[in-house]
Amino acid sequence: MFDTLSDRFDGIFQRLRSRGRLGDREVDEVAREIRIALLEADVNVSVVKSFIARVKERAQGAEVTTSLSPAQQVIKIVHEELVTTLGGSTGKLAMSSKPPTVVMLAGLQGSGKTTAAAKLARHLQANGSRVLLVGADLQRPAAVEQLRVLGDRIGVPVFSEGRDPVKVTKGALKQADRLGSTVVVVDTAGRLQVDAALMDELRRVGKVAQPDDTLLVVDAMTGQEAVHVAEAFDEAVGLDGVVLTKIDGDARGGAALSVKEVIGKPILFAGTGEKIEDFEPFHPDRMASRILGMGDVLTLIEKAEEAFDKEEAQEAEAKLRKGEMTLEDFLDQMRQVRKMGPLQNLVGMLPGVPKELRQTEVDEGELAKVEAIICSMTPQERRRPALINGSRRLRIARGSGTTAQDVNSLLKQFKTVQQLMRQMSKGKMPKGLPQLPV
Amino acid sequence: MSGATAVLILVGIVALAAFLIVLGVGLSRRAQRGEPTVARPEVSAPPVPEAPSAPAVPPAARPRLRDRLAKTRAVFSAPLQALTGRDRVDDETWDEVEEALLRADVGVATTGQLLEALRGAAADLRASEPAEVVEMLKAQLVAQLDGATDRSLTLVDGQTNVWMFVGVNGVGKTTAIAKLAQRERGEGHSVMLAAADTVTPLGELLGGGGAERVGAPVVRSQEGADPGSVVFDAMSAAQARGADLVLVDTAGRLHTKVNLMEELKKLRRIVERTPGALQEMLLVIDATTGQNGLAQARQFADAVDVTGVVLTKLDGTARGGIVLAIEAELGIPVKVVGVGESADDLVPFDPVEFVDALFA
Repeated sequence: MFDTLSDRFDGIFQRLRSRGRLGDREVDEVAREIRIALLEADVNVSVVKSFIARVKERAQGAEVTTSLSPAQQVIKIVHEELVTTLGGSTGKLAMSSKPPTVVMLAGLQGSGKTTAAAKLARHLQANGSRVLLVGADLQRPAAVEQLRVLGDRIGVPVFSEGRDPVKVTKGALKQADRLGSTVVVVDTAGRLQVDAALMDELRRVGKVAQPDDTLLVVDAMTGQEAVHVAEAFDEAVGLDGVVLTKIDGDARGGAALSVKEVIGKPILFAGTGEKIEDFEPFHPDRMASRILGMGDVLTLIEKAEEAFDKEEAQEAEAKLRKGEMTLEDFLDQMRQVRKMGPLQNLVGMLPGVPKELRQTEVDEGELAKVEAIICSMTPQERRRPALINGSRRLRIARGSGTTAQDVNSLLKQFKTVQQLMRQMSKGKMPKGLPQLPV
Repeated sequence: MSGATAVLILVGIVALAAFLIVLGVGLSRRAQRGEPTVARPEVSAPPVPEAPSAPAVPPAARPRLRDRLAKTRAVFSAPLQALTGRDRVDDETWDEVEEALLRADVGVATTGQLLEALRGAAADLRASEPAEVVEMLKAQLVAQLDGATDRSLTLVDGQTNVWMFVGVNGVGKTTAIAKLAQRERGEGHSVMLAAADTVTPLGELLGGGGAERVGAPVVRSQEGADPGSVVFDAMSAAQARGADLVLVDTAGRLHTKVNLMEELKKLRRIVERTPGALQEMLLVIDATTGQNGLAQARQFADAVDVTGVVLTKLDGTARGGIVLAIEAELGIPVKVVGVGESADDLVPFDPVEFVDALFA
């Protein structure tokens, strides 16, 4: 998500950097270009208008005395305004002082509420809560079943007894008491904000549930209508936050920018993939940085921290520095990195990655091949690849279902990488990659 | 992307991560994690077709788009209505027309093209009132849409026809299939459903009681089973029974996931083993989708050659303007429109009504 917007901003800012001073006319031009970029990213027309107005005002009124070049100033202003539009500081789920905390999910059909409910439940459980999932979507066939299956997988109980959503919710709260649940996550049926009867039902469910957090689930690929949906739901039941789903696609993501601006409530979480763990808290500042091509190093570090053991990391770093990393080590590290989530997402978080690299889809199949090849080697071969002659190469190729050329090229590449690592550790970064903050 | 680059990036990430962790750039402690991942159970018993029991929906008068959209359209005051009351064609006119198009999700590029053509036409005909301009725009759009190919769903007599449904997650494929199944049964055709969406639990096409409601036999398998085997079995069963129509439901998938798109190609190939059977490859698009709809259409068309679009959820406030770009750039016609969740909430696509609704 946001790739196209990033690229547009890239272009705009590159052209900007080549200019000296910025008169009103130049600011107008930049503003026009940014407007197009935002509209192409599905940001709501009204939101774009006010965003541009704010940026223009700040850019034109900006003082010349600062140490930043005019271009840098504009970039700074755009970044700040993006952060504001995306929601300022990272929001948090409101927790009730008297458990259980009740979280109610609402939204249009197909937005991903049921999956989000399960993902949220898993996330909260991993952070120490005792969760009860409530299947109050009695509209879609098999919705409750889907929730039960997901609940089963993550070890979270699911309650869904009752003939209508209000009864189900009532019963669920009683069940939560019995189970001692600290959080109750209620999945509701998808509904159009213009369906008066269903919106009324949602109000009634809300009255019974008394949620501490009512979250609107929004699909990242939603277009201009996102704001109308958000406004209507906010008016009907009062929203406390938003969950953005399917951001792992190539959707422009404008809905994210629009919704917060229009209802003033933060985007709290984002669904980032098909697996139930693909769910993370939404950080406006990091998202703003990603849009502007500044990468998202903080998220990258967090993910790395979770995947890597600190001691192992230290060992790995030492080996890398001395150029001693073997294929064996590499295999281990690769497996750990894969735990960090889809490689595609990780690449998006690296600052300064050239556009072409970011856009081509990382073929995880290639990585599987690499893994297979290394696994087909003996431990000695992994430690000393020089051992690998023609017949060994053939054996490895056969064992991994690849060709001798594949094996050969991997060995060559690895050698190159080892040399690169030695260079990097000496503080010199190879061309094309950003300087490490060492 | 080549393996070389992948390895390079991978090690780059590893190095970066290792360096940064070791430097201890002031972060929270590592949380213990032991998440289970989604398990894929094995294919077990062969799929079981079910017997139909409910009567079919009679082919009564088909609902029209205009009737269904009336209530949602009336709720919103249109900038264009205000516009048409004015007496001069000026910059504000063009701004408001542009805005109306953008708000309908028509997109920046298509809007730009439309406006350019419109300004030219307005100048040629010396349009003096905004109302005229609006009418010209509508006429332009209708002309563009009318020129499109056949909007009917192809069903060849005397053979088994297959209509396959694809699209991203949550757009309403299964609901659209249920509606079409009922409609076609009402027209007197024998219909079978292939539940090749084995991702949603139970792989059931319509959940408890749904299959009976539709009244068509369903070929399905276990959750997580290979969708290819479901398609294969459905084709065999259809041939054996001499069914007129097989509707194939597939799991929703993001068009950016290479392996899932490959799986879709495989499903298509399985159907094509019976030459001439595949008559429609329908891409289901949610009317609330923004510009991503075009990217979806491109990728799906590239992968499995789409013959038509089913535009769903038009009973909401979204206008579905993205289909204009899909038709213009990819030549894929919208064949059917969904305007609600029940069986008769399926209407043929009518360019005039659609354009009217775009600006209502």
